[in-house]
Amino acid sequence: MSLISTLARAEAVAAGRAAPMATVRHRHLARQPMVLVPLTTAGEVGAPLGALVGTVREEPRLLVVPQPRDRDLRFAFLAELAGAVLPYLESYADEVEIEPATRAREEAEVCADAPQLIVPNSAAVAYVRLLGRSTRFRRTAEEDPDTPFPVPARVPLLGRWLTHYGERARTPGSSLLLAMTDLLTRHWATGQSNLEDQHLGALLAWIDPPDGMTGPSAARRAESARGADGLLLCPPAGPATDPAFDNTRLAPAMKRYDAARDSAAEQAIRELVASQLRPTWDAVWHGLDLLDALPSGGHVEERWKRDRWSYTGHRDRVRAGEPPQPRRDDAIAAAAKLAGRETAQVRLEAGEALDDPLVMAGRRLAGEAFAGEVAEVEMAYSEGKIPKPRPLVTVLTGDRPHLDPDGKLFRALPGGKTQGGVFAGWAGPGAAVVRLVNGMGRGREPEPGSVPEKGDRVCWTLFEHAPRGGAELPDPEDTPWTHGGPPATAGADGPDPVTPEDVL
Amino acid sequence: MGDATLSRVNDTRDLRERLAVLRGPDVAPRAMDARALAALAANPGCRRRALMDAAGVDKGAVAQALGSPAPFGQSQFAFARGHAFEARVKAEGYAELLRLLHAEQSEAAVPDLSAPGPEGRVARTRIALEEATAAGRWALLDHPLLKLDVAGSPAYLEPDAVAVRPDGSWMVVEVKSFPILDGSADSVKVGAAARQAAVYVLALERLGVGQPSHEVLLVCPKDFSNLPTAQLVDVRKQLSVTRRQLARLTRIEEIAAALPDGTTFDPRQADEGRLHEAVESVPAAYAPECLATCELAFHCRDRARGCGAVETLGRGVRGELGSLTTVEQVLAAALGEAGDPADPAVDALRRAAELRAEALQCR
Repeated sequence: MSLISTLARAEAVAAGRAAPMATVRHRHLARQPMVLVPLTTAGEVGAPLGALVGTVREEPRLLVVPQPRDRDLRFAFLAELAGAVLPYLESYADEVEIEPATRAREEAEVCADAPQLIVPNSAAVAYVRLLGRSTRFRRTAEEDPDTPFPVPARVPLLGRWLTHYGERARTPGSSLLLAMTDLLTRHWATGQSNLEDQHLGALLAWIDPPDGMTGPSAARRAESARGADGLLLCPPAGPATDPAFDNTRLAPAMKRYDAARDSAAEQAIRELVASQLRPTWDAVWHGLDLLDALPSGGHVEERWKRDRWSYTGHRDRVRAGEPPQPRRDDAIAAAAKLAGRETAQVRLEAGEALDDPLVMAGRRLAGEAFAGEVAEVEMAYSEGKIPKPRPLVTVLTGDRPHLDPDGKLFRALPGGKTQGGVFAGWAGPGAAVVRLVNGMGRGREPEPGSVPEKGDRVCWTLFEHAPRGGAELPDPEDTPWTHGGPPATAGADGPDPVTPEDVL
Repeated sequence: MGDATLSRVNDTRDLRERLAVLRGPDVAPRAMDARALAALAANPGCRRRALMDAAGVDKGAVAQALGSPAPFGQSQFAFARGHAFEARVKAEGYAELLRLLHAEQSEAAVPDLSAPGPEGRVARTRIALEEATAAGRWALLDHPLLKLDVAGSPAYLEPDAVAVRPDGSWMVVEVKSFPILDGSADSVKVGAAARQAAVYVLALERLGVGQPSHEVLLVCPKDFSNLPTAQLVDVRKQLSVTRRQLARLTRIEEIAAALPDGTTFDPRQADEGRLHEAVESVPAAYAPECLATCELAFHCRDRARGCGAVETLGRGVRGELGSLTTVEQVLAAALGEAGDPADPAVDALRRAAELRAEALQCR
């Protein structure tokens, strides 16, 4: 944790409610996101217990597995989930924009918007990934009539989409699949630790406590208050359920269901599971309201466009009939993914700092940027046949940037472009001299407005504004065998072997 | 018998009596298991936990009586699943387990370890280990009982199994019901299992009669099936951490000696006020990590928050704040009301507060 966020947490303790960590919203929120709240069975990996899913707050769709150990019921749940999620995911596939050709690529189409999934917490993101893994290699009866335990149609497709969303969520700044706890902790600091922030109810209690309550007391209530029936007033956001709920309610209800196998017993379990899901469903929408109230950051749209590309890419792979994503990435795919994520990380850090003075404050404290008033501008020119303007700008700052001689500096221009500079030395204590090197047009005289004037406030960063990442990786065909290439001819991964008692 | 030995025997008896008083006269002691030891080793500065665990106090009941019940429990589904999986691993004469040990071709001896009382079982385990090692062939000890001295009081530990190999080396087997999916498992769970297994290896080492392997066999379900698969886990690091942390634990008798006479943690004897006092008389070292491992965590957190301790914001926070230990001090330093400006932590906080205020202003 950085010092500035520790300070924000201390402020939150003193104020009894969360302190802002951002002045703008740094993640894209779709106009119509799909909220998914999954629950799983304790101890049984990937045996779902139920879910609430939907795009309308008032109309969650309840899916329940009355006996999670029963494979047929589990498959029915997955088919229902596919029926709820796939139409939403596919509804964005056909509306496209044409992206004009650039030097690097030909003209291409990109989906005009993309579907967005919101889950309660990061454990639910991992669960989405797990559901994807457990279903994408399954076979349907149409694909393979001899397959034992075929799954209903569309379940493997659901698995591929969930896998794609789960993988994309690992890219910093991406917004296709978001966890509400991550969203909220990005924008607010509570007066508790990171670990406690993973509890969605407690986190919301700090950010927006109910009337008449302070953050800490409301959080305490969300964490541990139990009703007369011994159940938590605010059930955990999942995917794991409260053990007391499992032991005192769910287990007896399941026993009754196993004995009777009738709709009354099933209805009882549905109601129980719904009682655990509904508070989390409401909490997620509450969080969305809070985030919606923040203005969107300037670089959010650009990052969302990359998400749209990602969505479009997967749509194309599905349409082309490519096999499901492999169990493990090969070396080439893994290297490409890692490089992409590293680039996304630095790009995200730069974008957030430029969009948000509060984030920039953290970078300034870390010595990676400085802001101040222009004290003097001295015109100078480069040596050479055609002299170019290289004005020297003296900035008075109280910041303590870690400046190296001739170190590169960057400044955002009002039009959205970036101007480069070079650190020319200290003219006095707190007076940094920057030589402007570009962004002034092609003429002998700089274009108006491109050179700051005396009295202007400027903010220079030591980091690039649009970092490109490292050197380009070679094509798979040109990758030497020492580095995992060229691509293997081996076929796609087959389905998991099934055993009579497998849990998914 | 020399004087020193005699006094040690007396001390041990005194301590045992003292701990029995702390626990309550007719309360059965809770066994200190490897999970508790691993948690203690993760927070060796906590005298409260060390003493209460050594005395076998039911911390859950104490927390309940103090009005801050434990935040966790175990679901019977998880419990049933864990048992079913272990039974499956050990079914048909340990066939699966032997396969995972690459010993399916050999006959393995499975000595009977039953004996009355924990000391009897510990002795039986020791003899069985010695015999199996001398025999020079595979042997499986199903739920042996080991004893480990923790800060001057004994803890009894029960690994899922210990395998003795023909070369005489011993291997701890840990059966867990979380899956190994595509060759990898949840790192948090593997870490917890490794810390727990390290405690068993340590207890085997302290027997001083054989060579426990520093790799343990972690047996888990494969992917989404019920089929067992296994992975060797190197626990050398966890072993040395546990060894060092256990050595750092303050001697239990020292902690107990510092308590006022008549102190007891028995919720049936002491009313809430007295129990509160008793718990407060032993210093705790709260960190948010305790919430996942200690029944008293909510109580300690309330106390830590009450004093404004910065640890409640995260364990790492202390490092960057230097001598500032409370939230109040941090804010006073940040606002320039207190603190020595020459202190780098105070200086950085002041600049952070200025920058933060400036950024929030232009909102």
